[in-house]
Amino acid sequence: MKYELVIGLETHVELSTDSKLFCSCGGHSSPKEPNDCVCPACCGMPGMLPVTNRHAIELAVKAGFMLNCKINQYTTFDKKSYYYPDLPNAYQTTQWFNPICVEGSVDIGDRKIGIKQIHLEEDAGKLVHDEATNTSFVDYNRTSVPLIEIVSKPDFRSSEEVITYLKRLKSALQFAGISECEEGAMRCDVNISVRPEGSTEYGVRSEIKNMSSLSEIKDAIEFEKVRHVDALERHTEILVQETRRWDDVKRRTFPMRNKETAADYRYFPDPNVMPIVIDDAWLEEIRKSMPATADEKATYYEEMGIAPKEAAVLASDRKLCEVFDAVVAKGCSAKTVASWILTECMGIMKRLEIASLDICPDKLARIIELVEKSEITRASGKKVLSAVFEKDVDVDAFCEENGLNSKVDESFILETVRKVIAENEKVVADYKGGKVKALQALFGSVMRELKGTGDPAVIRSLLETEVNK
Amino acid sequence: MKYYINEICSSGNIAVDDNLLVKDVPATAGSKMLESFIPLFSAEVVERLEKAGYGISGKTNVSEFGLGLVGETSYFADAEDKKLLGAAAELVKDGKVKAALNVDLNGAPRRASALSGVNFLKPTYGTVSRYGVIACACSGEQVGVTAKDAESVKEILTAIAGHDSKDGTSLPAEKYEYTLGEDVSSMKLCVITELYDKASDEVKAKLDAYIAKLTAKGAKVEKVSLDVVFAAQTAWQILMSAETCNNLSRFDGVKYGYRTPEYKNIDELYVKSRTEAFSFLTKATIIYGSDALSKDKYNNCYDKSMRIRRVVLTKVKELLASYDAIITPVCSKAEYEAYNTEDAFMKVFEESLFTAVPSITGLPAMVSGGVQLIADSFKESTLLSIAHTAEKEEA
Repeated sequence: MKYELVIGLETHVELSTDSKLFCSCGGHSSPKEPNDCVCPACCGMPGMLPVTNRHAIELAVKAGFMLNCKINQYTTFDKKSYYYPDLPNAYQTTQWFNPICVEGSVDIGDRKIGIKQIHLEEDAGKLVHDEATNTSFVDYNRTSVPLIEIVSKPDFRSSEEVITYLKRLKSALQFAGISECEEGAMRCDVNISVRPEGSTEYGVRSEIKNMSSLSEIKDAIEFEKVRHVDALERHTEILVQETRRWDDVKRRTFPMRNKETAADYRYFPDPNVMPIVIDDAWLEEIRKSMPATADEKATYYEEMGIAPKEAAVLASDRKLCEVFDAVVAKGCSAKTVASWILTECMGIMKRLEIASLDICPDKLARIIELVEKSEITRASGKKVLSAVFEKDVDVDAFCEENGLNSKVDESFILETVRKVIAENEKVVADYKGGKVKALQALFGSVMRELKGTGDPAVIRSLLETEVNK
Repeated sequence: MKYYINEICSSGNIAVDDNLLVKDVPATAGSKMLESFIPLFSAEVVERLEKAGYGISGKTNVSEFGLGLVGETSYFADAEDKKLLGAAAELVKDGKVKAALNVDLNGAPRRASALSGVNFLKPTYGTVSRYGVIACACSGEQVGVTAKDAESVKEILTAIAGHDSKDGTSLPAEKYEYTLGEDVSSMKLCVITELYDKASDEVKAKLDAYIAKLTAKGAKVEKVSLDVVFAAQTAWQILMSAETCNNLSRFDGVKYGYRTPEYKNIDELYVKSRTEAFSFLTKATIIYGSDALSKDKYNNCYDKSMRIRRVVLTKVKELLASYDAIITPVCSKAEYEAYNTEDAFMKVFEESLFTAVPSITGLPAMVSGGVQLIADSFKESTLLSIAHTAEKEEA
């Protein structure tokens, strides 16, 4: 019998806010020393009351727009109770009854993955275990950092689809400035079951908790698929609905202790957080602040005359877009800028092993301007660009110091041309004997003598005149 | 009896319940759990009084987390007390302080002021900041003022009321103006028969005498039926217990407060710390509330109670459209005797029949001359004026 995978994802993403969800402690860019970023509210002291972070609400709405959701303009917060030392209030404030976004979708090539809901919630702290002293320590820096949980419908049919979806999600969220999606800032719970192909019933489901690496997610899904199919085909085990974790060393999943999972969370509306009403004006304000999506950007770039392939590469990366847009805004031609970014910048980045384009757009614009006006050669332009990447040099000063200016005195070029002709009697003879290519060798020698400075057109015309004298 | 759990300054003129935070002074909320807990900041109401020039005399004894009748379930209470009285109300009665701030989450300060014969006003929900209240029942609890006369209640309430950005449920008005000068002679008041009938003869006589003073001034008083009072009592018990269960779960022995000396693992740390530090009534309330919130019972208990809350509010508002205020008893008896610990939960539940309507609706309520007056939202001036008029009659 052929089997079909059925997968649904719950993806937790940290929001790029300056403060926590319900207090004014620093949020996203929290300090690295344990418990540096806490206040009586987020470490669970009595007497404190939550004050909702407006920016977090806006980012969650933006996520809803990105994933084609319906925005609930009346949304509420609820308390989820459980005891764990990393949860100082012994409850997490989340959205159980009225989540902020519902009914969305994400395109993954030829298929659409349904989004059941997006809800806001606060993160928990972190436990640090010291084996040496057999002691556990708790760090509350992360408690109450705002997260969104994106709950998909069980629409995935393969691990590849899951990976494509997660990549799409990441680029969409980064693009709209909703989340930095840094290492570990995007975590998934994978709900997985298997059923005979064509069946509409769901099989017994296992949930793999807290995954962040794409390759591990893929491996865990493949492992579970085999385990489920084996159980159904060869009765290797009786499947039960359970929570499992991936062990990256043993390369397999293990059931989690029942105690960690079997809980009644006693959800109820948080009386201290007033329902959030997002009126039409506020919703419109948020909509207006949305950047174009990657697809919209790519289309827009194509309309500017950029080849579809190049437009897609530019549009896929927020940093590339930012630099491109800024340089074009300075008056450079779109095609030229695209070529500089995709060929020169990315070449240098590859050589220097730089992951993201971090360059001052003004400097790139200046280099392009100098080359376009033939004040420096393209080769010199590359040299400056490289120096900008490596040492963030000043463009004009660098050209000056290194004599890259092409407006070299014409008499100096003439002198150099004459010198080269005098030193290469054989090549000159070849040229005069009909070997046209020999002129190119002479041209190269002059360029070398001039170290890449000097206007190539001027050099060529002087060379032709002199050699034919 | 035990008046203060911690005294601050003998020249202070305002006493503060121990479930309100005063910076750097232990805040126990009457619990062994918080015996050593020292808050890092003061409650907003305390800050406002200090800024206005008042001094805090000390932290008055309260029932553990304010859940008892008047103060009897406090870890620090005097076990020899045969007659139950509220510490803050007694201090006010004896003239030791000008006024006291109390947290009213299930009627305790209202009962205490009735027993001691002083005034207490629980203002409209959202008009006084709850920032710095050791919370139990967030959806209904309010900070109120105990004082000997209506004039002093008005003075202190004016100083503490108004918007606080640190409390998300705080209403937007920056200040509230209160008056004692509303004309009682033209007022129409009503007595709720269901509550009147449940009171002892002594309490009934007190209430009749109070009404006589008002009718002598020209006010009209009628008897009406309001049968939602029983639903209000049960629904508030459920909401109050559930929220208390949730709010007290942070006291787990991990971060601050009492921690059991011997434990093998984290679960034992939780269970033993909480078992050893909480009183019977607190545990009973937690268990009752936890049950009401459980998956299977949520819809029939907690959710239904929230719907009952809306019905009660509608019914009472309907009544208050025809009457300026409602008069009810606030305690079933004129005096409270000490009782067996195991009876605490039922005792408090029974007595809460009289106090539940203002608790669950957030409407303002005032105790004056041993009776309870209830008015519509923001009508504190009506309550103060009636109390003021009755006081003048007495003198």
